[in-house]
Amino acid sequence: MRKLTGLKVPGALLATLLATSAVMADPVDDTLTINGETEIVVRTAAPEHLSGAMSEIMSGWLFREDDTRIMQADDFDNPGMIFVELAEDSWNMAEGSNGKSCADCHGASADMSEVRPTYPKWNETAGEVRTLEMQINDCRTNQMGAEEWKYTGNDMVNMTALLASVSRGNVVNVAIDGPAQSTWEQGKEIYYTRYGQLNLSCSNCHEDNYGNMIRADHLSQGQINGFPVYRLKNTKLNSAHDRFKGCIRDTRAETFSPGSPEFVALELYVASRGNGLGVEGPAIRN
Amino acid sequence: MADDVKPRVKVPKSAAVGEKIVVKTLISHKMESGQRKDADGNVIARSIINRFTCDFNGENVVDVKMEAAISTNPYFEFEAMVPEAGEFKFTWYDDDGSVYEDTKTIAIA
Amino acid sequence: MELTRRNAMAMGAGALLIAGLPVRLSAAGEDAIAAFTGGAEVGTGDVRLIAPEIAENGNTVPIEVGSDTASEILVLAMGNPTPGVATFKFGPLSGSRTASARIRLAGTQDVVAIAKLQDGTFVQASSTIKVTIGGCGG
Repeated sequence: MRKLTGLKVPGALLATLLATSAVMADPVDDTLTINGETEIVVRTAAPEHLSGAMSEIMSGWLFREDDTRIMQADDFDNPGMIFVELAEDSWNMAEGSNGKSCADCHGASADMSEVRPTYPKWNETAGEVRTLEMQINDCRTNQMGAEEWKYTGNDMVNMTALLASVSRGNVVNVAIDGPAQSTWEQGKEIYYTRYGQLNLSCSNCHEDNYGNMIRADHLSQGQINGFPVYRLKNTKLNSAHDRFKGCIRDTRAETFSPGSPEFVALELYVASRGNGLGVEGPAIRN
Repeated sequence: MADDVKPRVKVPKSAAVGEKIVVKTLISHKMESGQRKDADGNVIARSIINRFTCDFNGENVVDVKMEAAISTNPYFEFEAMVPEAGEFKFTWYDDDGSVYEDTKTIAIA
Repeated sequence: MELTRRNAMAMGAGALLIAGLPVRLSAAGEDAIAAFTGGAEVGTGDVRLIAPEIAENGNTVPIEVGSDTASEILVLAMGNPTPGVATFKFGPLSGSRTASARIRLAGTQDVVAIAKLQDGTFVQASSTIKVTIGGCGG
């Protein structure tokens, strides 16, 4: 990672990027109910560790246009759900040298609703904070005798979408203390570090300027409670680490890799900024 | 046949005779437009689903000619009239000759 | 914005510029219309096109077309490299002459729906959809 620190112009650059016109850019006042039955928390009081930074946390859903929000409110209209169905097939399919499927150990995918909200999570045996992707690959290699999935590959992102989808109605609740604390601190450090030629940190856009327009894009708080997200832009599911990569690349920096210790730490920290928001994945975003 | 093509259809389980019902369909397909170029600058050949039909007990509901401007993972929503109990048949025709089908039965309530 | 003389002049100039922009005519689009209508005159009337004023991304834009008496509706994106979007033919068991789809738009442009009515005449509706370009979009 190259960090340019000599430039004195980033404030001007950011000011240029951020539209100063009187475009109404506040997040909408709306509530999200999936399929007319599952209520999702899209706005709530910020967790205590954010005191002084922001008082209210908001899902990226509130920053999107009407059509995009409506598309997410119904599982049939949500194109991300087709990949959830593919993952459901995979959940029930035996793979690897042990001839086991996910369902053989875990039962129905619908019973996994407590999992997504607590990841990334400290794993005592491994002595590390693990993302859901890391845990899935651990299952595949150690329990199933199957090959690892690529960290941001289709199989993996589909499976994380399945596990998110069954957790909708629950709220994000990652632990930031105890053994996870040092990883969390590392993630926080990354969040507030300016990267790239544009010399921007996550916080410059997503804490200082959410609600403003960056050119024609409505800046959200950068919450990841909706991941993996189906993006209208590339019409596929995108993992949180792929999104981090895109953001850092756009600061004109060399980015960390998906699955890297830096992004695992960042994911834990960013997830914790959304503690209290509803799990939404697969959400729809622009 | 393109990878991971999976049709999804939403039809009510039952309807009254003569009732108009909403039908929603979605199929996973990349819908390569023929407008994009690969890393070497060569045009990626068009590969789309070019036609979608919905029939009920052999009679047509809707017949759609699809072109390159239909989004990836094509979605359609329309209304059908249900004259009797029976079966909806949904058919998607791929440029590569593949045909994807799905069926849904509906009862009279 | 405070309304000063300078601003008012700038706004006036902007309005002129918008009014003076030529409607982007697409030869391929015109050809597609002619092929559909057989050269018949296209009026206005029983056809609806519902589309967002602003599309968050041009790759997935929800639209709906409808009519009370159409047998077919042709949808064209006049500013796309190839204007064809879809043609909906309504069969005997269609519950209404309406359909929704998600479409791709290469940029801000007019989308046109042309309906062939049961009496053999053609009518059209159009809508300008602004396609936004993201700030980062990662």
